[in-house]
Amino acid sequence: MIHDQANYERETEDVREPLLSEKGEATVDVTADSPLPDDLTRDELTLPAPSEPEIARHYTRLSQMNWAIDSGPYPLGSCTMKYNPKFTEDVAADPNAAVHPDRSERSTQGNLELQYRLQEHLAEIGGMDAVTLQPPAGAAGELTGILVAKAYHEHHGDDRSEVVIPASAHGTNFATAATAGYDVVELPSGDDGRVDVEALEAAVGDDTAALMLTNPNTVGLFERDITEIAEIVHDAGGLLYYDGANLNALLGRGRPGDMGFDVMHYNVHKTFATPHGGGGPGAGPVGVVDELAEFLPAPQVRENEKRSGYERFEPDHTIGKVHGFTGNWLVLVKTYAYIARLGDEGLSDTAAKAVLNANYLAERIDLDVPHGPFHHEFAATAGERDAADVAKRMLDFGVHPPTTKWPEMVPEAMLTEPTEIEGKSSLDDLAEAFNLAYADTDEALDAAPNRTAAGRIDQVAAARNPRLSWQALDEE
Amino acid sequence: MSGTDGTPYAPHTDDETAAMLSAVGVDDEEALFDIPDDVAFDGEFGIESRTEREVRTECSRIFGRNDELTEFLGRGHYGHYVPSVVDHLSDRAEFLTSYTQYQPEISQGFLQALFEYQSMLVELTGLPVANCSMYDAATALGEAATLADRVRSTSGEVVLVPEHLREGKRAVLANYCDGADLTIESYPMVDGNADVDAIADRVGDDVVMVYAENPTVRGCLEERLGAVGDLAANADALFVLGSDVVSLAVLEEPASVGADVVVGEAGVLGLPTAYGMGLGIFACSDEFLRQVPGRLVGASEDADGDRAYTLTLQTREQHIRKERATSNICTNQAWVALRAAMHAAALGPDGLVDLANDCVREAAALADRIDGLQGVVAPVHDRHHVREFVVRVDQPAAAIAAELETAGFAVHVVGEHRLQVCVTDLNAGRTDDLVAAFEEVI
Repeated sequence: MIHDQANYERETEDVREPLLSEKGEATVDVTADSPLPDDLTRDELTLPAPSEPEIARHYTRLSQMNWAIDSGPYPLGSCTMKYNPKFTEDVAADPNAAVHPDRSERSTQGNLELQYRLQEHLAEIGGMDAVTLQPPAGAAGELTGILVAKAYHEHHGDDRSEVVIPASAHGTNFATAATAGYDVVELPSGDDGRVDVEALEAAVGDDTAALMLTNPNTVGLFERDITEIAEIVHDAGGLLYYDGANLNALLGRGRPGDMGFDVMHYNVHKTFATPHGGGGPGAGPVGVVDELAEFLPAPQVRENEKRSGYERFEPDHTIGKVHGFTGNWLVLVKTYAYIARLGDEGLSDTAAKAVLNANYLAERIDLDVPHGPFHHEFAATAGERDAADVAKRMLDFGVHPPTTKWPEMVPEAMLTEPTEIEGKSSLDDLAEAFNLAYADTDEALDAAPNRTAAGRIDQVAAARNPRLSWQALDEE
Repeated sequence: MSGTDGTPYAPHTDDETAAMLSAVGVDDEEALFDIPDDVAFDGEFGIESRTEREVRTECSRIFGRNDELTEFLGRGHYGHYVPSVVDHLSDRAEFLTSYTQYQPEISQGFLQALFEYQSMLVELTGLPVANCSMYDAATALGEAATLADRVRSTSGEVVLVPEHLREGKRAVLANYCDGADLTIESYPMVDGNADVDAIADRVGDDVVMVYAENPTVRGCLEERLGAVGDLAANADALFVLGSDVVSLAVLEEPASVGADVVVGEAGVLGLPTAYGMGLGIFACSDEFLRQVPGRLVGASEDADGDRAYTLTLQTREQHIRKERATSNICTNQAWVALRAAMHAAALGPDGLVDLANDCVREAAALADRIDGLQGVVAPVHDRHHVREFVVRVDQPAAAIAAELETAGFAVHVVGEHRLQVCVTDLNAGRTDDLVAAFEEVI
């Protein structure tokens, strides 16, 4: 198993594909032909001035030095890198959908209808009563959900200062709680990798605004005590927040709303197959139970009274807005198209295949998996080996490695989520890459990767001497 | 297609599924789910599975229910023509279907493209640090306020914003301010520009940030930004300037008027009109390098001593620093940033400056023609404008806008007797028709 990535290297200059600026810049005298007085304008502008053929070649070469889910397996745990159906791009490119957000209700019934339908589908899938599509990413969804919880407590004259979060949670949970102005109470994981119910009882109290929980959790385990957990939090007057990062495992098998969760976000770029785009755009719709619906961001979309069309409305005690307009619209359109394509059967089968794939892969690799039974993802341990080094070696075998060294409860963790889109033969290849790398010599691991466009990159040097632009490189 | 009625995007044949189940040691997939019965879901969503063709037809029918209008709309969301080369290159699956560059050795392409995007922002703003994106202009402004809260040691908690500010943007800012215990106050405007005297009277120990926009939400160019910057600096408040990457091509560099942070919209390049989807700018001075929200791409070297790119200064970020992170942002708008950089490259500095100048000329020309109509004044503010301007009408503005909509045109209603009109390269060819329709309805 060998994979050589493209590498456009200029050995004389120690660079690969040169920067656009290195291929030729031009400087324009801005004042020369300006309709504005000189004191309002800059003097000149210097930017790259490539021809179209040069642009095509530049970005094609860059793309060839970039791994993607269409290149091969990309089993990053908690990231749900699944295939993005091509037709959804065509649906989102419909020129009729490309309208300005300030258009009247009357003239945008199509967009409102799609928003309404998607709200309804997501509510049904999550077991929630109302959904906002506005948050532009998962973390934005978290912030929206926690601000809704905060508004709910404040509306009831209840001053609460803490959000409880398991130690194994996504980093965004902690940062979100802090952004919303809450103190974070970190909950240690139990020995079995789940929430320690006794520790939770001790941590929760009058100050608890919410518990943020991922279920299945970040090592793929279902929190079997969820009913008891919900009772503890609710009895203390707190709300239960569901982090939707791992929803792929539950589709058609369990709904956060049925488990006692009051508010949740959906990561549509994970569960519903919208492309990750190298780090976004995503979308993070938020679902809530009835009691929280009046606090959702404005506007919401509903059917009008005559049921003859759709209208926007402002929830009674709305938290306002979390995005300047309507969120990441093009992503939401792709979400709808994916859900409509799959329907009940497809969504349910998605979870089945995702869980089967994770279990099959774990069975095929030589690394131990300390916690189970897991669902769509598992945390293997590299044991005495350095998980980051094993991962670098895997790059040479034509696969992307899993998430490494996280969550911390598993030593040298390799958090692996193959998703439903890998078949048996590709899982066998992935297992072989794991096993070859895991068994390789220390020297080989240290020297890896060898077949990627770049060799091992010095991260420490990058942070010690930050050079964040071509201007910074020029200054050297 | 799989051998079942399930997802079309899983390759398993029935035989393979059977072999995998057997390897795992269970009879069927259900045995792998460890969900207690009392919370398991055995109902149905009621969503019928459709073929790809059916979904496309359905969505096309739904979107067909939008009226076809020629939009003269802006106020923060602008459409410019996006060259085909941007679609075709950015849609390459290696870009579109990749993840955040956690393994930089195999992700050099996207990292370099984002590094180039950051560099373009550095040129346009004059500030040395630009991140590789926020969600949109409004959330970028919110992040700037939390930055001000962290870096300014004044006892203050007040964020000063212009009276003329998009309501939705202010609402987003308020949600970021809420958690940081900041309060928002407006300063007045004089004929479409910041009232510098009023700002001078207001700044003091309790102000942590002064925000201005150029162009403003009404399309006006600010004429005394340097004075605003000085006032903010003297009060040890952060001066945050909002703009967009097309306007920045010709406007006074934010750094030269004393901006500490530039936020705003970069989706004016690379993104077509998209119901408000955006691309947030965040650029700042070196002083705040370790307080920047979001992702930064830096240059380094690989094992062979060749230049290589990597995400850097990640100890600022939520996945390392958790509740002490500079922001909770994770997924951002990377692919939109890639598209903006491609669009900027396709235009080159000449094309970008021409586009910006056209936005000034077209707005002035259209305002002049509308101003010639009976009972109408345009522009309301005696300022230079970019793309858009406010129109005063003697008759009720809402009624005029409704009639214009019937005639096939969309404009903003911004007051009882005020409309706002936005012209870009996309609708400039329809200004004759708009003026004719205007004349018809007034």
